[in-house]
Amino acid sequence: MIQCKTSKAIGGMGHSLKRKEDVRFIQGAGHYVDDIKLDGMLYMDIVRSPYAYAKIKNIDISEAMKVPGVAAVVTGKDLEKYNLHWMPTLMSDTQMVLPTDTVMYQAQEVAAVIATSRYAARDGREAVKVEYEPMKPIMDPYKSMDPSSPVLRTDKPGKSDNHIWHWEVGDKAKTDEVFKKAEVVVEQHMHIPRIHVASIETCGCVADYDKINNHLTMYMTTQAPHAIRTVIALVAGHVGLTEEKIRVVSPDIGGGFGGKVPVYPGYVIAIAVSFLTGKPVKWIEDRSENLQADSFARDYHITVEMAGTKAGKIQATRFKVLADHGYTDASANPSKFHTGLFSIGTGSYDYDTAFMEADAVYTNKPPGGVAYRCSFRVTEAVQAIERITDLFALKVGKDPAQLRMENFIKKEDFPWKSPTGWTYDSGDYHAGLKKAMEAIGYDSLRKEQAEKRAKGELMGIGISTFTEIVGAGPSKDFDILGIKMFDSAEIRVHPTGKAIARFGTKSQGQGHETTYAQIIAEELGIPAENIHVEEGDTDTAPYGLGTYASRSTPTAGAAAAVAARKLRDKARKIAAYLLEVSEEDLEWEPGKFSVKGAPEKAKTIQEIVFAAYTNHPQGMEAGFEATHYYDPPNLTFPSGAYICVVDIDKETGQIKVRRFVAIDDCGHIINPMIVQGQVHGGLTQGIAPAMYEELIYDEDGNILNGTFMDYLVPTAVESPHWETGHVVTPSPHHPIGAKGVGESPTVGAPPAIANAIMDALSPYGIHHIDIPITPFKVWKALKEKGVI
Amino acid sequence: MIAQPFQYEAPATLQDAIGLLQKYGDEAKILAGGHSLIPMMKLRFATPGYLIDINNIPGLSSIQEENGFIRIGALVREAEVEHSALLTGHYPIFADSTRLIADPQVRNMGTIGGNLAHGDAANDHPAVMLALRARVVATGPKGSRTIAIDDFFQGFYTTALEPEEILTEIQIPIPPGHTGSAYYKLERKVGDYAIAGVAVVLTLDGNLVKSIGIGLTNVNPVPMRASRSEEFLLGKPLTDENLAQAGKLAAEDCSPSTDLRGSEEYKRDMVAVVLRRMVKLAAERAK
Amino acid sequence: MKINVTVNGTAHEVEVEARTLLVHMIREILNLTGTHIGCDTSSCGACTILLNGKSVKSCTVLAVQANGKSITTIEGLATAEGLHPLQEGFKENHGLHCGFCTPGMILRASELLANNPNPTEEQIRWGISGNLCRCTGYNNIVKSIQYAAAKMRGDALPSTEPVFV
Repeated sequence: MIQCKTSKAIGGMGHSLKRKEDVRFIQGAGHYVDDIKLDGMLYMDIVRSPYAYAKIKNIDISEAMKVPGVAAVVTGKDLEKYNLHWMPTLMSDTQMVLPTDTVMYQAQEVAAVIATSRYAARDGREAVKVEYEPMKPIMDPYKSMDPSSPVLRTDKPGKSDNHIWHWEVGDKAKTDEVFKKAEVVVEQHMHIPRIHVASIETCGCVADYDKINNHLTMYMTTQAPHAIRTVIALVAGHVGLTEEKIRVVSPDIGGGFGGKVPVYPGYVIAIAVSFLTGKPVKWIEDRSENLQADSFARDYHITVEMAGTKAGKIQATRFKVLADHGYTDASANPSKFHTGLFSIGTGSYDYDTAFMEADAVYTNKPPGGVAYRCSFRVTEAVQAIERITDLFALKVGKDPAQLRMENFIKKEDFPWKSPTGWTYDSGDYHAGLKKAMEAIGYDSLRKEQAEKRAKGELMGIGISTFTEIVGAGPSKDFDILGIKMFDSAEIRVHPTGKAIARFGTKSQGQGHETTYAQIIAEELGIPAENIHVEEGDTDTAPYGLGTYASRSTPTAGAAAAVAARKLRDKARKIAAYLLEVSEEDLEWEPGKFSVKGAPEKAKTIQEIVFAAYTNHPQGMEAGFEATHYYDPPNLTFPSGAYICVVDIDKETGQIKVRRFVAIDDCGHIINPMIVQGQVHGGLTQGIAPAMYEELIYDEDGNILNGTFMDYLVPTAVESPHWETGHVVTPSPHHPIGAKGVGESPTVGAPPAIANAIMDALSPYGIHHIDIPITPFKVWKALKEKGVI
Repeated sequence: MIAQPFQYEAPATLQDAIGLLQKYGDEAKILAGGHSLIPMMKLRFATPGYLIDINNIPGLSSIQEENGFIRIGALVREAEVEHSALLTGHYPIFADSTRLIADPQVRNMGTIGGNLAHGDAANDHPAVMLALRARVVATGPKGSRTIAIDDFFQGFYTTALEPEEILTEIQIPIPPGHTGSAYYKLERKVGDYAIAGVAVVLTLDGNLVKSIGIGLTNVNPVPMRASRSEEFLLGKPLTDENLAQAGKLAAEDCSPSTDLRGSEEYKRDMVAVVLRRMVKLAAERAK
Repeated sequence: MKINVTVNGTAHEVEVEARTLLVHMIREILNLTGTHIGCDTSSCGACTILLNGKSVKSCTVLAVQANGKSITTIEGLATAEGLHPLQEGFKENHGLHCGFCTPGMILRASELLANNPNPTEEQIRWGISGNLCRCTGYNNIVKSIQYAAAKMRGDALPSTEPVFV
């Protein structure tokens, strides 16, 4: 049981408070971007390329302009006049807003139709005639790296190949040396396929430019409204839209998962059109556009190796990555981290030698990549380390649980320095795995498996014991376009003791309106229900970098605690004044200060706040407000031990996830109900890439599954009944000891599932299948081995 | 996604509907449940000038037993098929198959007539009707005619319906004793079109197969009967060897294509596996 | 074209194009924005409403097909007495995160419970298989529906506390 310091009435940390935001959502009163309707609003629809790579010979808009209701058709040439046809990506690459001569991927924006209604815009889009000269696209990243391949980014002067960047970390010489001498080396190549976040709400915006006041209000589906405001100012400052004239509002968001971090061309076109017409312009993607053109996630080709002893001691790992970024590197990573936080991939194991390198390459695919409910490439890294750990266990003939137990970093060794330079803050990996094994009945499952194997039946047990890295991040290393990755909280307590708190983050379903209130309630003793949390409006919220990469609790959550503590310090001063004692004579319990040894002499927080406005000490600033910009001293390192049991139909390859136990360590828990909900959701987004989801292209660059009919988002039937629990090792450097949790399950689940499936198939010499592992792939592997 | 403009008609009688079909010719499309047609129109793959909504026509929505047949009106919704005691009582295959069609909301709109008239080998009821040896009633300017299901599916998305005809009813023989039926399709996820699906209806005479119908889903350009498998099993006991041979014959005879659901070889193999399992299940139910 | 529909108990005469999708009529003409659009292929269920009491995907129904019929949207579920048991169930059991799929999920569940007042977990999972949720992992949606079912049957309410291993 989780211990709570506050009463249920106050509702601080540890209480499973029901969510405050749900009241509107369950009644259909959520307010999403497509719900916005403004007077005179125009609608935008986008003409997209049917080809993956083509020259644009001509765009004929004459028929489109005849469609009733169509007001304008905007092309790249139109934007070129304002130098708005290209924009920078977050990774300092460049991306077309609208092309002037070449399209680089199928479904790329080609022209925008503006009309007085959604239907007219769609009709206009149909009537725009574009003449293309198709070229042979490059879809395979390995072919693209071949020096003989044609150069794709001919817009870049002097570019002579399709290579984007090279990255490496670790000690290459030492790693090579350990590998050379190692008793056991295992190696596996794997592709972590291109997937899509596919939030149920697609992306969209309403750009509302007020010509008279030269002011833009941009309502949009963004996870990072402040950063977007700065980006708009950087892109459009030269036409007079400077940052004080821009307000970005992120209304309720129907799921983000990283897909609503980037700036998509549609947003920029909508702003440009609103700027030119002085009218509000709405752009809402449909699902096909969302799947086919918005940023993808993953698409890493990885070769991973592990070296160790025959006795099963891990000694070193080596990773080599080829990253397919599509036609531009539009990743949403911190600036200095080309591969995000992939270097967490050395895992939860105690060894000191590793080397990783990665190369990125252009292809004729949509640009990206973003996370998919994961902290900057951590999922790719964890898939690699947890798969290779299993292969190592297999090679040395050890049970994968036993091997992990023997190699884990010990809890007393934290803070622990990883071979790639991270300092893990805290953890108890042994306790986590032990708890998971007990919960699932590991030993009896292994017995059952032995009996089933004897009968030729396929049953598998898979483990993943991962370490995450979240909460980006410390300003010495972490920035986006130069802006340091702090985050912020501002708390204003009103004279009657009720508060409003604003943040630089933006919930997309994480429950910030509840959990931030709980953090403040914990620190100040003001009931959470009396704390109104607001995010997403750059005019009112303090500057922050937004919500992604499980950073909200580690950064803005910390800011809330620190800001509240500033207020508690002030409260102590006021209480001392009111009670006529010295500050040292006071003691705090949630909600009041009382005099030590005389508990009847006390002032409640509400009385103290009232005094701050009505009877504050002379010389003290009136009011009861605090703001804090929190610059984390380190990242946080949540961890988990997941065990999955699968049964496989040998004849059809169908895989049934029988049970799945997830034990997470996210440090101190703010709201157990919400943490559990986040874990459930993340697990379903873990089974998704493990067994169902992948964006598939043919060699001509056509996407083969660009709708929800073929892009297989799991339903309640595919999603198993998840079983969850936790161990708690508080983060020592975080003000409330929390670590962040939203993404751990997405990171940890795929290797647990893949390991379970491979465990089931391992008696037949089948040791690796790339995710998503489908019945067809299982059948094919069994067929190739002559099993069926 | 928004359809191209069209004219909408909602005739109140079958005659009026047929009259509209005659008037508008191949520019017209019939709207029943709309769950195949409307998505195609939204994608602008289908651009009919006229949409003839037949949902207001009375008399096409009942399930009745009459003269040794169960008569199912073309506008009977999949959800009604799924929960019809008359249908599922005689033929559990209706419960098996209907619950695997798309999802509950789609089944509330989608009709059994539309599922057949679309002529789509990926739909589930064509195979079921082949296994049941059903008859289809088509009504046109010259009145109604009955079409044996084997004559109904004629090609890729092509049926025996004339342009001016509407599918109005499906007739299924009441089964003799010791009849069992079963359907299963392998799918990538719930509600998906089949990787491979097999419908089986059989009547046993002791341990021997007295009669059998086998239909296949989504493994052939045209909804397909596994004729050689049927013929092979007739008069035989359902031994493992016989089942394996029947599966092998259907796997050879179908013509699946490699796609996102798997390779041609996989699908053939799945036809064999599912056929064996469904014949077994139908036989258990027959006992 | 003019059509007559009763929406959440109120009669409306609405002017629509033949091609107007029911979901667009509901959202943009009647301004009931609780019904959402998540795909275009009747795959996700965010647009689920009740049409004459049956759950349907309003992105794949033409507004003209609703002529003369009654429609219930999420805005029409609560009564003067309070929230619908499903609304309460979702709130009490953390059955939603971002809220985007929630209205469709609740309306679908309402028909499920009308047909089957005491569904098993398996029946609930199959019963909501036409509704995608990207956030919750479905566990708590199932729990929410079980809670509502108990409430509607008049049974003792199950615990809403999270259960951990």
